Amino acid sequence: MTLTIPALRARSARRRRRRPLAVSLAVAFLILLTVAGLLAPVLAPHSPDATSLLNSLLPPGAGEHWLGTDSTGRDVLSRIMYGARLSLLAPLGVVLLSGVLGIAIGLLAARAGGWADAVISRGMDIVFAFPSLLLAMLVVAVTGPGLTAPICALAVSYTPFVGRVVRSVAIQEGARPYMESYRVMGFGVLWVTLRHLLPNVMPVLIAQSALAFGYALVDLASLSYLGLGVRPPDADWGSMISQARSAILQGEPWSGLLPGLVVLLTVVSVNVLGEHIGGSIAGKREGS
Amino acid sequence: MNAPVLSVTSLVKRFGHLTAVDDVSFELMPGASLGIVGESGSGKTTTARILAGLEQPTSGTVTLDGEIVGGQSRRARLRQARLLQMIFQDPYGSFDPRRTVAESIAEPLRLHAPGPAAAHRARVGELLDQVGLSARAGESLPRELSGGQRQRAAIARALGIAPRVLVLDEAVAALDVSIQAQILTLLDELRRDTGISYVFVSHDLAVVRYITDTAVVMRHGRIVERGETEQILRSPRHPYTRLLLDSIPSPGWDLDRVARDRRALDAL
Repeated sequence: MTLTIPALRARSARRRRRRPLAVSLAVAFLILLTVAGLLAPVLAPHSPDATSLLNSLLPPGAGEHWLGTDSTGRDVLSRIMYGARLSLLAPLGVVLLSGVLGIAIGLLAARAGGWADAVISRGMDIVFAFPSLLLAMLVVAVTGPGLTAPICALAVSYTPFVGRVVRSVAIQEGARPYMESYRVMGFGVLWVTLRHLLPNVMPVLIAQSALAFGYALVDLASLSYLGLGVRPPDADWGSMISQARSAILQGEPWSGLLPGLVVLLTVVSVNVLGEHIGGSIAGKREGS
Repeated sequence: MNAPVLSVTSLVKRFGHLTAVDDVSFELMPGASLGIVGESGSGKTTTARILAGLEQPTSGTVTLDGEIVGGQSRRARLRQARLLQMIFQDPYGSFDPRRTVAESIAEPLRLHAPGPAAAHRARVGELLDQVGLSARAGESLPRELSGGQRQRAAIARALGIAPRVLVLDEAVAALDVSIQAQILTLLDELRRDTGISYVFVSHDLAVVRYITDTAVVMRHGRIVERGETEQILRSPRHPYTRLLLDSIPSPGWDLDRVARDRRALDAL
């Protein structure tokens, strides 16, 4: 074991040197958001729900409200921090659910081949063609507001996004001779698929999931903006923008702009990270 | 020990209207080495894949250790795997790129000889030693090894299952000549030490001459000549075998004559 350590160290050092600044910034921003969300009760300067009509619509930097207040005088910074919880957890739920579904369906299609693959692939095309936001709205219309239903709906509509990539990589990987060598050694199809095919599909899956996370965040924020997501007074970034509509029309855009900026930066960060992961996989493939 | 460890009877494999393997029969005694010689498209690789259970024959039987193999049941496939293993042409591709060589060698041990992890580790060490790989090579990923080292690792992995027959499909074709010689020497030693039998599939007559006792020559899916390897290569009877021999560059080599012979043969 000790013999491998220098090699491993050299490998990780090479990777560290290659990492661009944008990726480091993205990672730092995402860590910051996660910490802010997790430790919101400790770190937030105010209660996210404490209204104060005397202090409504304060601009950023005003007194003890660093990022100002919204139209009911609630502290924007505190709401952004508390909002990070739902705004990050909900897309994570979507990504995990669609990841599990996508892996199962993608691997099934790739390994079954033939007509089963054709049926699954066309099914994924149909779901893919259906706008995810529309599906989520339809589900919400049936179940009423709340986050569980739209998370499930978005997970279903993102499944092809993951499943298609898993399928194509699994087909490519499954055609490599080591798959056959495991068959010759007497291993079953399921074993080879789960123990060898899946881990080799995983890196691409992670990159794709990072992209899906960004989309899910925007979709869920849109739902909240439309009043179909979280129920007030719970904070999430989409509902904060929604509640700032009238203020924006009054020429006081800050309470809407700031959560919007956080959404934008989060999505950009996640995409930068996802692209980096995807790119470094491609590099490794060529290097081999 | 007079019963053949492997016998192939009237093997036929059709892909649609193409007959890749046409009425192929041969036997392999324990500890013997049989060459299957032919050009690409002669059906030799398909034959090897049928032996390994990667293809199902259209008709005909493969008998291993006195029992006909076949069927996709778990029990049948495990029995076939225990008796016969295969080495592929591309040693890099035949390893999971994310696992170290030692992990790859240990995996079939766990399937075929369940036991404590320590025993498997010890066995992996023995196997690496047996094929001339260092423990350090065992801790490497396949991409960190040379082609010859990878092929040694592939041999170690197959030997771990302790098969009676090893099918080598162009196993040295992708290696440099000097590395080829090393691997062939290793295979020779292993056969002497363990009594394993080889089915050596190759287009390379020099390699076949070195590693096999008997050989069959395949053309268009059929066996056109069979016998002692030395005998076949010294005085070939079938014109195709002669053509294969004449196709090897040598002093006084007449490419036009080779081409003429080939046209004559194809016209038959």
